[in-house]
Amino acid sequence: MPDLCSSSRSLRQPVVRAARFALAHVPGLVAAGSKPRRDLAAATPEFRAAFFRHLRSFDAAVAYPPHQVLIGNLAPEALYDLPRPWHRRPVAGARPDGPAGCIVDERAFAGWLARADSANLLLVAKDVQLPLPDMTRVKYVEQIELERAIARGAEPVIVDGNLAAAVLPAHEEDASLSAPVLLENLAAKASGAIALRRLLDELPADPAVEFLIGCGEEAVGDRYQRGGGNLAKAIGELADVGTAGALDVKAFCAGPVHALIVAGALVASGMYGRVIVVGGGSLAKLGMKCRGHLAVESPILEDVLAGVAIDVIPDDGHSPLLRLDTAATHRIADGSAAHQVAAAHTIAPLRAAGLALTDVDRFAVELHDPDVTEPAGSGNVPATNYRMLAALAVQAGAIRREDMAAFERTRGMPGFSPTQGHIASAIPYLPHAVRELTSGGLRRVQFIAKGSLFLGRMTGAGDGASFVLERNPQQGKEK
Amino acid sequence: MVDFKDKLVLALGERDGISAPALRACAESAGAKVLYDVTQCFV
Repeated sequence: MPDLCSSSRSLRQPVVRAARFALAHVPGLVAAGSKPRRDLAAATPEFRAAFFRHLRSFDAAVAYPPHQVLIGNLAPEALYDLPRPWHRRPVAGARPDGPAGCIVDERAFAGWLARADSANLLLVAKDVQLPLPDMTRVKYVEQIELERAIARGAEPVIVDGNLAAAVLPAHEEDASLSAPVLLENLAAKASGAIALRRLLDELPADPAVEFLIGCGEEAVGDRYQRGGGNLAKAIGELADVGTAGALDVKAFCAGPVHALIVAGALVASGMYGRVIVVGGGSLAKLGMKCRGHLAVESPILEDVLAGVAIDVIPDDGHSPLLRLDTAATHRIADGSAAHQVAAAHTIAPLRAAGLALTDVDRFAVELHDPDVTEPAGSGNVPATNYRMLAALAVQAGAIRREDMAAFERTRGMPGFSPTQGHIASAIPYLPHAVRELTSGGLRRVQFIAKGSLFLGRMTGAGDGASFVLERNPQQGKEK
Repeated sequence: MVDFKDKLVLALGERDGISAPALRACAESAGAKVLYDVTQCFV
């Protein structure tokens, strides 16, 4: 990497030290997802009954193989050996804790919601005991008061099938501060904070966290600044990270990969000594494919909120290198056709760095769980992406046409992200990549994310970003 | 083979398939008039 300045200050090499995921299993909040909310409002009694009958237990969510992969107890490749659908293959003896994260139940999550409620908008039923270190700030009310508040626009919080709490609207005439929006934002804040706390509790405290970058898909603000943002700062406050400043990076599903490139650049420049990329889960996406799941008698699988925290520091001589010379973002004139987007994020940056597709051992693309998408007719998203990559490799002369299937299997992986969007976009593989690039046998992994900017109707263009994570050449030389 | 010359087109693109701008470019190059184009994310 070239020196930035001719003086004594030169760029530092950033590394990704660790990543952690937190899954909050929240069956009681699935009805508050965008799709279920709309469907239930117009539902027949039969649909309503089927919907609630197909919600999963916490134990079933913990034993679900893709969740075990996300928290690091199983390798992604283990899913190749499991016949689908995976919800019929619960992992025996599954634990809610793993080397890459944890799964918390809805009671624990409601406790985090109460902690996250800095504006005192959460009312909690008197007979509900939330696991909180400090109960003094919680507003306990009678059940009848909760019901009255909900009739006036508060948003219910269901725990173990019962009305446990409600979020009040913060302003009578402000849609951005309505109760459903506030619950969505509190859920993102809380799930992001759980992941961040998990990472901080398991990693050395040194160096101190100097900056947080939010990468979620929420829009925090009021009527005058919808999506005003900086949820990262609120997440950091909740996770007790007093040393950090913060901002958010917004780029639809590609947000986390963009954020990691920015984090790497901030570390490389010497601006900050430790940057953590954080993101909370999207409550709006709970139950997004519920109709498809009910149609095939599958449990409603989108019943978890996923938070993430990713640690970026200067080269420690051990952790994999975040190679900024391979970082790519989709440029305005690159073209939005699928093959153009894929080439801009794979072949082009690799070639610029003197690498070929076959120099990359593993590609992490959008890793959405096919158990979630296929019953709804959305296909197997990772498989489609790997087919495109293999086709590009053939076109580039890197592999033969008959080797496409082997390329897809050995350099790809099955999808295991519980939701679509920012959480699914390449980063679920980060904890596995850090392990494989340190104690395993991999040399390089390319992370590729796409973002559907066109959904906001401000452009017809898509977006994307990518970078390569590479085994640290000093690894093994340290004492 | 469809003759697109002077046809009116509604172009519905898909994120992982063919995007709306690509559909628009193809339709217009074949002589069609694109009235509406949008890319959706069906994932």
